[in-house]
This record gives sequence, structure tokens and C-alpha cells, in this order.
Amino acid sequence: MVQLVGDGGDAVAPPPRVTGRSVLDWISRRAEVVVIPLGAILAGLVLFGVFLWIQGHDPFQFYDLMYLGGFGRQLSIESALSRAAPLLFAALCVALPARLGLVVIGGEGAIVLGGLAAAAIALPLANAPAFVGIPAMAIAAMIAGGFWIGIAGALRHYRGVNETISSLLLAYVAIALMNHIVEGPLRDPASLNKPSTAPIADQLMVGTLPGLNVHWGFAVGVVACILAWILIDRTTWGFSARIAGGNVRAAQIQGLPVGKLIIGFCALGGAFAGLAGMFEVAAVQYSANGSLAARYGYTGILIAFLARHNPLMIIPFAVLLGGIEASGGLIQRRMGLPDATILVFEGLLFVLILISETFYGRFRIFNPEKRSPA
Amino acid sequence: MPFKPVPSRRDLLKTGAALGALGVASPLIGARAFAQGALTVGFIYVGPRDDYGYNQAHAEGAAAVKAIPGVTVIEEENVPESVAVQRSMESMIEFDGAALVFPTSFGYFDPHMLAVAPRYPGVQFRHCGAVWQEGVHPANTGTYFGYIGLGQYLNGIVAAHASRTKKIGFVAAKPIPQVLININSFLLGARSVDPTITCQVIFTGEWSMAVREAEATNALIDQGVDVVTCHVDGPKVVVETAAARGAYVCGYHANQSALAPALYLTGAEWNWATLYTNFVNQALAGEPLANFVRGGLSDGFVKMSPYGPAVTAEAAAAADAVKAEMMSGGFSVFRGPLYTNTGTLVIPEGTAYLETDIALESMDYLVEGVIGSTS
Repeated sequence: MVQLVGDGGDAVAPPPRVTGRSVLDWISRRAEVVVIPLGAILAGLVLFGVFLWIQGHDPFQFYDLMYLGGFGRQLSIESALSRAAPLLFAALCVALPARLGLVVIGGEGAIVLGGLAAAAIALPLANAPAFVGIPAMAIAAMIAGGFWIGIAGALRHYRGVNETISSLLLAYVAIALMNHIVEGPLRDPASLNKPSTAPIADQLMVGTLPGLNVHWGFAVGVVACILAWILIDRTTWGFSARIAGGNVRAAQIQGLPVGKLIIGFCALGGAFAGLAGMFEVAAVQYSANGSLAARYGYTGILIAFLARHNPLMIIPFAVLLGGIEASGGLIQRRMGLPDATILVFEGLLFVLILISETFYGRFRIFNPEKRSPA
Repeated sequence: MPFKPVPSRRDLLKTGAALGALGVASPLIGARAFAQGALTVGFIYVGPRDDYGYNQAHAEGAAAVKAIPGVTVIEEENVPESVAVQRSMESMIEFDGAALVFPTSFGYFDPHMLAVAPRYPGVQFRHCGAVWQEGVHPANTGTYFGYIGLGQYLNGIVAAHASRTKKIGFVAAKPIPQVLININSFLLGARSVDPTITCQVIFTGEWSMAVREAEATNALIDQGVDVVTCHVDGPKVVVETAAARGAYVCGYHANQSALAPALYLTGAEWNWATLYTNFVNQALAGEPLANFVRGGLSDGFVKMSPYGPAVTAEAAAAADAVKAEMMSGGFSVFRGPLYTNTGTLVIPEGTAYLETDIALESMDYLVEGVIGSTS
């Protein structure tokens, strides 16, 4: 469609004429958000390949194994998706506050506390049916996670404390709190050498998706991403948040409830991260213990930035990262490379994606109105 | 029956391409190897395999297995106790044709190994540390572990001879029974030499947290401790920090003498090579593998590091005498009357527990002479 620019800013746009040219323009404008990250990933593949080659390893074998171990077979895809499940939630915990201009990196804390809350509420619900117990676990986890990241939001709003630092430090507090509780008040006396809460009841365990050895957390995570996208892109709350993220003072002058938005979006992000913890307990560990701190919260940061904080884009990037991590074992075994190889590769991708941010709006092909008129 | 993966067309193409250039265990090679009665064995470690500690001890065992003809060893390190270890086991089985898998970290057992094993009845799983129960756990799974408390008792004897301040120290991860047995054994060994010795313990709260391990070691030495040992996954930081401060070190898990050549006294080491070699030889011969295996010093599951240069002849003789008694069997570290450091009598007069006694597996106290608290 043709867009009016310049002096026609607040004029009503004429009805779009569907012509070949306008479709092409629409595609080229939309293509920017796909082509630039893909270009960054491609550059990462090439650079890392050169790095491997200098180190005396075969980059083609590396990428071949990465494909095989991450996506090449049903087993690999299942591995990628089950690793992606907690990452979807963890990335939302970064992406939602990011729409307000906040950089929250402490999702790990919300994950472990969400898992702990889910395991704790499952104790008195040992005889409850699944349709009561599982939602109760999810709600407890969302409250715990939401409260925790909500603290970072409230500190930001009321005291001006940097939310990046406070959320990160709160994550350490959360892990210490979780360790204290599973080693103390809620410790199952039978868990001698690995302090844990008592296992959740059988009927509260969450199973796998039909025909796929991947737990339901993945499907719920995808739905959560879609809901978050609707919230941000299709509701007035999301619109207000984006305005506040763009310019806080302008938002305040407009009378937007900036404080409520900050705390609310932080809490919502935390609630999603709490759900990641709930699924770790309900579908993987079956009790809360130190293994909940599996660093998903930190990989989530990477995914949110790769997705440019767009909840829909989180889905493919979480699967991509899940696949890369799924292939790590195969690469270790077949090529004798250290496990950190995958981390180095992820780090390189992260830097390149950040660099690629500077390319938005620079290429004329993606900005049809800047092209010379036909 | 070893699991035999069916290679896809893609795999066949890839293997064909990779075969000449790379000596790797691809599914095709794995499948052919089975026909010749060979075996692929997988080892999974929770930390780095060169950590001078828990994981290195297992990796040394794996290295011994590599020397057996016809055996291919595949290894993965830094695998978390999460869905990651389940997927690593599946990947080793399906991509590399592993027929015997050793997930070596305590947290890999329940629920992870127990979730994967029933899906692969043709593969044998043996786990380090947990307690396998017939009828409760799958028949193709099993567990093994060693009694290393006697090793810490011998460490204590050597430490008591070396200490001038009569204060020895222990950097511990978590107050769980296995760790408490080691702390108490270390102190009781030292007190068998000099009943006035005390042992200060600091818990770091984590199996692997270098910063706190260094802080704990420094704090111990600041309080006058002059011999340090530990029970964390990787003793490297403790050993190096203690040696840099001029304190003597007793090792744990593996041999750390290379990190402190002058100050390393001795150490309680795992000797997993014996166990892994036995398991693999049995598997190669087609014999059934035991589901529950345990052993200590006299079974060759545990060994002591050679004495360092700082160990006097008198100290070595004293430790060797006790070790000889241990090797002949019936030696008990925990015998009554034994009081906790809060004054409770835990083992009455006339009672003595062997290292294999089930009563020790739920230990929740520090004995008199240990300065510190389990909570």
C-alpha cells in the first residue's frame, strides 16, 4: 500500500490500491525484519566456520552435525523442542519488559521460584485431581515468578533502581532462597544426597504431546508467545507500553499509567518465567531441587534479543537455540570439541545480532518510499 | 541385545562421505562393530572432565576402558541434571549405538535415567551413587558407588602429623550424608593421632562454586588452620588457594599433587578404572551385569595418593599401619561412645559401624571436635 509521509502525517490515507508494485513494497518493507537477522546468522556461520578452520576443524562437518543433532531426525527435533520449551517462557520474561525500554535479565530467579512454588502447592494437593492440581501449580508458579520480577519493576518505578542490576541480583537471592527451602523446611527426608522437595503426585505430572516425546510446556509456551504478541500489538495496554517505552515523559504527559505499566509488564514477564519453572517441576524433575537453576533464564535473554523482543519471533529463535544446544553433545562426541564450543557460537551470534540492529532503515530496498519514484 | 539404530538415507550418505576422513563412531560403523562383538560405551559427566576432581576421576576410569580392544568410548561433559542428560543418553544410544551408558552424577538417576531406561530395554544403564532396588527400578539399570570415608580417615592421620596449630580445615559443598561422613572421618582420623585436634568446616552450599571455595579456604587459613581438605566437585581452587597460603593439602576425588607438589600430603581418590573395566569386560563376554555394586579401599574402588615430600616417615608409617588394618577388613571409624559437636550421644558404647553399615547413610551430624553446623 502507498504510505503518505511528510506533511500528510495526520491526513487520512487513501484506500490502498492492490497493484503489483504495492505488494512488492509491502513485501520489501516486511522483509527487513527477516533478512537482517538471517544475514547476521549467516555471517555468524561464516565467521565461526573460519574460526573452526583456523583451529584445524572441519566447519562443514560441524554444521552438518549441528543440523543432524538439532533437526536432522525426529529424535533431534524432539530434543530441540523440549530444550526450547523453558526458553520460550524465559525469553518472554525479557521481551515483555523490553517493550517498555527495560532490560530485565533476572528471569532465572522467577524460574526457580516458580518451580519451587509449584512443587510446594503440589504437596497439599497430592490427592487432588489433575484438573485442579495442575492449574493450581501453574497459578502458584505465575504468582511467585510475577512477584519476583514485579519487585524489580517496582524498584525501578518507585526508587529509580536500575532494573538490569536489581533483577540479576534478585536471581541470586531467589536461587539461595530456593536452596534454603529445599534443604530446610520443605526437604523430603528421603532425599538424602540430593536435597529436594517431596515428589509431586503421579496425577499432577504433565505428560508429552501426542506422537512427540516433548512435554506440554512447549505447546503452552507457543500459546504464551502468541498471547503476548496479541497483548503488545493488538491491545491498548500494549500500545501504551510501547509509547512509554519510546518516551516516558511523553507517555506521562498523555496521562498513561506508566508505573502500573512498568510493574505490570515486569510481573507478567516474571509470571511466564514462573511457568517455565512449573513445567520443569511438573514435566521433567517431578520435585523442586537445585537442578531448577539450569540457566534457562540466561539463554532466554539471548533469544529475546535475537527476536528483537517480538513475542512471535521468539518461537523460531527458541527452537533454533534449542536445536543448537541439542547438537552440542553430538559435536563433542564426534569432533572432540569442548562443550563450550556451542557457547562460543551462541555468543558470536548474539554480538552479530546486536551489530545488525544498526542496519535497520539503512537499506533502500527495504524502504520503498525512499526509492526514486517510478 | 545391543540397540541397533537404523541409519537413514541421509546418514548413509554422510557416513560414506565422512568414512575416509574421520575415524568416528557413526551409526553405520557402530552397527557393523556390534556384529564383531564390540561395544560402544557412553560416559556422561556433570562438570569438565579435567576438573582435578569428581569428573576427572570418572574420566580416568573411562580412559582405562578405552584401552580395551573392541571398545569405543564416547563422552560428554558439562551435562546438566535436566532434560539435557535424558537427551544426551538418547543421542548416545541412537546416533552412536551405545549399548552401555554410565551417567556419573548423582542427580542423573531420578527421574532422568529412570525415564530413559525403559524405552531402551536392550541398553544397560549403570549409575554412580544412587541405590538400585529390585522391582522398583528397571532391570536394565543399576548403580555403583564406593566407600571413601576410610580414605578421609587416613587423610586425617597424615594431617594430624603435619599440623602444628592443631587446627585442620574442611571445605564442604552441602551437609548431606556422604559429605558428613567424610568430614567426621577426617576429624576422627586426626583425633586418633592427637585427641586435641579440631576441624573447622565451611559449607559453600554448591557443588561447584570457585569463588566461595576460595573464600572458604582463605577464611580457614585466617583462623589458623594449616591443613586443608575438601569435598566439592573440583578441588582445584581449594588446593591452589591453600598452597598459595602455605597450608598443607589432603586431596579428594582425584590426585591433585601436580597443583601443590611441595604441600600435597596425600589424598583419598576414586579408582573407577577397576569398576569400569570389570563392567565392560563382562558386557563384552555377554555376561549379565550386576545391578548393585559397592566397594571400598580393600575392593580397589578407592585408593590413596602417593605420599608427598612433606609427609614424615613417622606419619607415613602410622597411616600405613591403619591402612593395613583396613585392608584386612573389619575396621570401623564410627564406634561408640561417639558424641556430636552439640553434645548428643549418637553411637553408644559398644556399638561400632562398618563403612558399609546402612545406618551411616543417613548421617546428619558433625562429631565432637568438628567446628561448624549442618544447618
